[in-house]
Amino acid sequence: MATRTAREPAVDLAPAEGLINAYVESREATIALLQDVQKLYGYLPRPVLDLIARRLDLPRTQLYGLATFYKAFSLVPRGRHCITVCTGTTCHVKGAPHLLATLERELGCRCGETTKDGRFTLERVNCVGACARAPIVVIDEKPHGRLSPAKVIKTIERYE
Amino acid sequence: MKIRSIADLDRIKEEGLGLLYPNRTKIVVGTATCGLAAGAGEVLEAFRRAAGEGGLDAVVEESGCIGFCQMEPLVTVHRPGTPKIVYHAMTPKKAEALCRELREGRLSSAGALGEIRCETALLTGEERRFAANGGGGAGAALPDFDDLPFYRKQLKIALRNCGYIDPEDIRHYIARGGYYTLRAVLAERTPDEIIDEITKSGLRGRGGGGFPTGRKWRSCRNAPGARRYVICNADEGDPGAFMDRSLLEGDPHGMLEGMIIGAFAIGSDRGYIYVRNEYPQAVKKLMRALEECRAYGLLGADIMGSGVSFDVTINRGGGAFVCGESTALMASIEGKVGEPRAKYIHTVEQGLHNLPTCLNNVETWANVPVVMHKGAAWFASIGTEGSKGTKVFSLVGDVKHSGLIEVPMGISIREVLYDIGGGIEEGHRFKAVQTGGPSGGTILVDEKGATVRTSTPSEDGAPLGFVPESLLDLPVDFDSLTEAGSMMGSGGMIVMDEKNCMVDIARYYISFLCEESCGRCLPCREGLRQMAAILDRITSGRGEHGDIELLEELGAVVMDTSLCALGGTAANPPLSTIRYFRDEYEAHIYDKKCPAGVCKALIRFVIDPAACTGCGACRAACPVGAVKEGAALPAPVEGDPAAPRKARLLHEIEQAACIKCGACADACKFNAVRKE
Repeated sequence: MATRTAREPAVDLAPAEGLINAYVESREATIALLQDVQKLYGYLPRPVLDLIARRLDLPRTQLYGLATFYKAFSLVPRGRHCITVCTGTTCHVKGAPHLLATLERELGCRCGETTKDGRFTLERVNCVGACARAPIVVIDEKPHGRLSPAKVIKTIERYE
Repeated sequence: MKIRSIADLDRIKEEGLGLLYPNRTKIVVGTATCGLAAGAGEVLEAFRRAAGEGGLDAVVEESGCIGFCQMEPLVTVHRPGTPKIVYHAMTPKKAEALCRELREGRLSSAGALGEIRCETALLTGEERRFAANGGGGAGAALPDFDDLPFYRKQLKIALRNCGYIDPEDIRHYIARGGYYTLRAVLAERTPDEIIDEITKSGLRGRGGGGFPTGRKWRSCRNAPGARRYVICNADEGDPGAFMDRSLLEGDPHGMLEGMIIGAFAIGSDRGYIYVRNEYPQAVKKLMRALEECRAYGLLGADIMGSGVSFDVTINRGGGAFVCGESTALMASIEGKVGEPRAKYIHTVEQGLHNLPTCLNNVETWANVPVVMHKGAAWFASIGTEGSKGTKVFSLVGDVKHSGLIEVPMGISIREVLYDIGGGIEEGHRFKAVQTGGPSGGTILVDEKGATVRTSTPSEDGAPLGFVPESLLDLPVDFDSLTEAGSMMGSGGMIVMDEKNCMVDIARYYISFLCEESCGRCLPCREGLRQMAAILDRITSGRGEHGDIELLEELGAVVMDTSLCALGGTAANPPLSTIRYFRDEYEAHIYDKKCPAGVCKALIRFVIDPAACTGCGACRAACPVGAVKEGAALPAPVEGDPAAPRKARLLHEIEQAACIKCGACADACKFNAVRKE
């Protein structure tokens, strides 16, 4: 979960309104709502969180609590592509730390951060469950298996 | 259309059989996550292209994982009247070649793993034999797929359909006997009879705890409450475990049918599936399955005309490991932060929204239709005295054949490792098997490897998540492992050879748990942080005398004073590795050496001048330019054909620039790069 402050672009609240209307019935679905917002905007924009708090009559701290507890959420804008390095046990022993170090070096940003040009966000995940193909890197939901530091650099080149 | 009778099911089954075994060539690409990671998406496209604009007369379909993840992308080609041929490591290029052959009416055996000669649907018992090899098959003789060493000792109950059906078409599932059990149960059995049957079968929870499923259902049914909930726990958080993912991606209806039967038995009208957000494929397959179930009248009001109502919601997890714990999971479904609570009141009495809740894991639910169809006696005839049926494991790490396997309870770890897994890679030595994820399957052994019976880490034995060689003959079942002071774990089995540093692995698990601790209990939140700091210190060469003892003391406190299982088992990785690999800890602390050559601060790469040929492969491979050319190598010997034509320069590694990634060692064909 990234919390570092960054310049936030102006946010169009109209699509969020639609999402909130679909969820206003059920308090249970707050997490699902946040997931949809994250998917729509790529992160949880502050004005949208404020809007949700008003509409669902929830304290903002509660939303902030959820947004910072669950790793799937980000409070800062993310890159056009998300590179997720699997650091499950098998990937760890098969060289995930080298992949992560290579990517950090190559992209010039640390894990959890976004490149200056907004092209990539670098993250890690504890296991995507494809251990027989370790080490794995997931780029925008597409898993790439059996990667080496050289191969991972070649792979990310394909994403503009 | 809604299914209301056996005749309806029969009609769909006929349709489904026509889809499973069409009258023309059928090509099935395994597109579960492991397949996709190996490039199955591109392979599928290639086949679709060939069948589309390429004009190849063939049906192209997707399926889940057939288990042999190592060999992905796996593709099955079935021409009517011949055995199914399973090809491995498929690429778009190879796919095109295969399609060319198919157009010419032949099929080569190159790249084929084996042929499936006979298929039996577990629930219907219907056998489908394909003509023996030679009947227009692959030419050269192929081994029987089911008799490959990887499959020979397996018995598939939960995985009965994985890899054999299109998970997104309910008709395929019904063709193999699906939803007949649900119909029979709703029409002919009372809830009490169902619970009795499950109890008699001896089915126990597959998520790791091993609690008797029948007893859980009974308590939930008997608990007072205005409403009851059933939950499927698909928040498979243990790194190195992917049983639930594969089940959901390959056969979501198998789990769902079990869940609907359970809901009827318990008296629940509302279910939840809590699935990891990191499993997008599983979520997609589940959503499709729910849609189909509603369309066919298998979910919703008046299921199959029985008057029973039940529906299910999918909840995607938020990427928090602790949410695999049942009370944290329920808090998360309620829309709260996933913090566990004390369980002096069981969740079967007061769970979700403080109402009776029955939570089972994916694999447990997937076993239910089979138990109900084949009967408790049949199920109880498999396995050992106290552990019935089978268990799915993900067998990964430094083993030759990795993948998803299902074996009868009671099989030894050695059989799993050597017979199914094919043993350790040539030239390497077995070191340990890690079971049960970060909580570590806790097997207690003394110095000689004999099991002792104590569970407090401060006494004779230490909990062990790492099974050393001396314990490999231990049978895989709840009771033997419990007797040895251990537990089954959820099913991850990570094999490690001598290249793995046990201190590094302990550090890995502790930093994992440190990040995942929800922060509620201080000993877990702060204790793990301190342990991580100590382990970091040791692996970076700054370990001090007394660190091992400090780790042991801290570990015991964290385990004794945490509320949930995350903290309660958190210290297993360091405690067990200290117990069995103490010499490795000592080497790090006192000699500042990492015997396995993993901890970067303690190793350096050097080039052996005697072995270096000056080929330059290492220099090209180095990502930071730390490999430099040095002195000239001796001039090539006149007349020696193996000698290089011109004089070459010896290579050297500049230690200050080296990032110790090992790329040079991987690139060197002459073993000239050594780790020190």
